[in-house]
Amino acid sequence: MKRLLPMPWHSVMLIAVWLLLNGFSYGQLVLAVILAWLIPILTYPYVRGHAPVKKPLAMMTYSLRLLYDIVVANVDVARRVVLPNRYLKPGWLAYPLSMTEPFPVTLLASSVSLTPGTVSVEFSEDRTCLYIHVLHLEDEKELQAFIFKRYEQPLKEIFGC
Amino acid sequence: MTSLNNLAVYSDYFVAALLIGGALFMLVGSWGLAKLPDFYTRLHAPTKASTLGMGATLLGSLVWFSVQEESLHIHELVISIFLFLTAPVSAYMMGKAAIHRRRPMAEGTRNAEEAERAAERKGINDRDD
Repeated sequence: MKRLLPMPWHSVMLIAVWLLLNGFSYGQLVLAVILAWLIPILTYPYVRGHAPVKKPLAMMTYSLRLLYDIVVANVDVARRVVLPNRYLKPGWLAYPLSMTEPFPVTLLASSVSLTPGTVSVEFSEDRTCLYIHVLHLEDEKELQAFIFKRYEQPLKEIFGC
Repeated sequence: MTSLNNLAVYSDYFVAALLIGGALFMLVGSWGLAKLPDFYTRLHAPTKASTLGMGATLLGSLVWFSVQEESLHIHELVISIFLFLTAPVSAYMMGKAAIHRRRPMAEGTRNAEEAERAAERKGINDRDD
């Protein structure tokens, strides 16, 4: 069972997304089922051993909050782009990570890239630190505390690490 | 019937607002690409402003086709989710390449030494200061 259908939820998701994108017909359903069976078998080796989502509900609220934050961050960045460059204070932040699981860390890095005027650029080799470029850096400590409270803490709860 | 027509009229305004707003954000994103001072600041404009612009345009398309064909069009939602998933990855790859090639930074960039550490991939524990 595990070998034939390694990630059942992913398979369901794949069928749903395929049908949403292509419209429902029986032919598409057959294709969706075949793809949903083959793709997880091919990708399973890459995700094996990753931390599972412990709290799916918290994940939902996290996604919604992230969506809201994306809108806010976009407006903020657009404003800074329109203002003259001399008001810009770009800077770097070495953000200390308190988790090491690859998947949550990836989510954190992506969230940081999508939100408050920051783009994550590199990890340190031992993965203790995420290097972030900030479009407008006022106060490192404040930004660091913000990222921890708003993103890292919830992610740690969701993945229980 | 009239209520349905009203819905179509209101949705027209709504869709128009979304399209214009989305186009404005994409314009700002592209302009940022040209006017921001260095490679790293330029990364911000397309990952953020354009993402929202694209999201608004897709939402407009979703509402338009849902009202026109009186069935829910969910494609656009899936496309915008893919967009949100992929934008940070490409920004990360470009930023990583730039930092290792030591692309010059705008004057007055704060904590520039952190970028040097990132290029050498040092962690917080092996700081030499």
